[in-house]
Amino acid sequence: MSPASDITRGPARGITRATLLKDLRLEWRSKDAINSMLFFSLLVVVVFSFSFDPVAEESRHIAGGLIWVAFLFASVVALNQTWARELRNQVLDAYRVSPAPANSLFLAKAIGNFIFVSVLEVLMTPLFIAFYRLRALGPAWQLLVVGVLGTWALVVNGTFFAAMSIRTRSREIMLPLLLFPISIPAILAMVQATTAILTDENSARFWIVLLVTYDLVFTTSCLLLFETVLNAE
Amino acid sequence: MTETAPVITVSNLIKQFGRFAALRGVSADFAGGKLYAILGDNGAGKTTLLRTLAGLNQPSSGQITILGTSNFHDICQQVGYMAHPSLLYDEMSGMENLAYFAQLYGIAEGSRCADIIRAVGLDPELSRPVGQYSQGMRQRMSLARALLHDPKILLLDEPFSNVDIHSAGDMVRLLGGTRDQGKTIFVVTHQAALLEGTADEFVWMEAGKIIGRTRSFKPPEPVA
Repeated sequence: MSPASDITRGPARGITRATLLKDLRLEWRSKDAINSMLFFSLLVVVVFSFSFDPVAEESRHIAGGLIWVAFLFASVVALNQTWARELRNQVLDAYRVSPAPANSLFLAKAIGNFIFVSVLEVLMTPLFIAFYRLRALGPAWQLLVVGVLGTWALVVNGTFFAAMSIRTRSREIMLPLLLFPISIPAILAMVQATTAILTDENSARFWIVLLVTYDLVFTTSCLLLFETVLNAE
Repeated sequence: MTETAPVITVSNLIKQFGRFAALRGVSADFAGGKLYAILGDNGAGKTTLLRTLAGLNQPSSGQITILGTSNFHDICQQVGYMAHPSLLYDEMSGMENLAYFAQLYGIAEGSRCADIIRAVGLDPELSRPVGQYSQGMRQRMSLARALLHDPKILLLDEPFSNVDIHSAGDMVRLLGGTRDQGKTIFVVTHQAALLEGTADEFVWMEAGKIIGRTRSFKPPEPVA
């Protein structure tokens, strides 16, 4: 069934909202994803701060890579959790037999993951700034744009590939294997844009445009393919 | 549609998982407004048949027609499915679970969830998460979820497993009443004796095939 025909299958927006609120409620009660992500990121910050002792100038060059790699690895934890709770008691089957459109489920999961990873970023960014003595020499507001676009790039593909790997035996391993290679253009853009803004040596414009394009292409592809993934046996 | 017209027609249904055939050419007509008990040993294909009717498994070959269509999406609003697992979120209360599923079916009526929880003998005010329910309560809540959108066809997989005899009796009476309202009900169970006197037909399965259909809880005569 095409995404266009989803419109005829019920109030898709209402179902997306209901599924998102349900996921936020479940996460609020269990705190499975956010706690795991937080501890993982905290460890990365502390371990890296012991491993390197960079001066401020060096920090600006390496911080982009450190920050986004930490968020990428941490987000995998949340992405695995997203579908794990749908597998307990096979609740996903209840969704599959309902008239609710598949894309509403996908969008709700992707937006939910975006919120979880954004919360992590808001909590961890001050720590990165403190540990690595960071100060942006370029337009700092662009970091917000890169953060939003980059986070969406991670979660939209991550949500899709996590759904693909839920029925595999070693899904915790399978997700990074599928997600990381396809995320390379986005990670490159995120790191380069962040470094450009922190050092003010180049313009981040090209990398931001690349991120926008990446987000559009992969969001569309995921929406087109998700129903097939959801109903795969 | 008249009460005795077939609501489900299955013709030469085969379902394979890899090289294993769980269903090996099932053909049958099922009339509306009846309660069918599907019986058989473990591995007979009962659950696979139910999941295929529910649209969760795609047939490897053969055809299923439900309410005149073979496109499950057209009639999913008319089918209620209860699986062996609860299909409920353990961290949410029964009411919260049903309120969520009601939105998936576009049910705006606020009182529907509470009414259906009462109908299965539970208290809608119970704030405990489903994960803390007893197995019997969980089964009842799972049945409530399947009944929530008032489907014409109910597919129930082991609804009485781990349920005490008194609660199982209540569930059978509820199913009998639901059938009397014109619904068609399929119950996969290993406790067929519970349905004696309530089920209209016992469908016997073995090795992925229907080997007989009887009016009473009596296995069909083996074919010589």
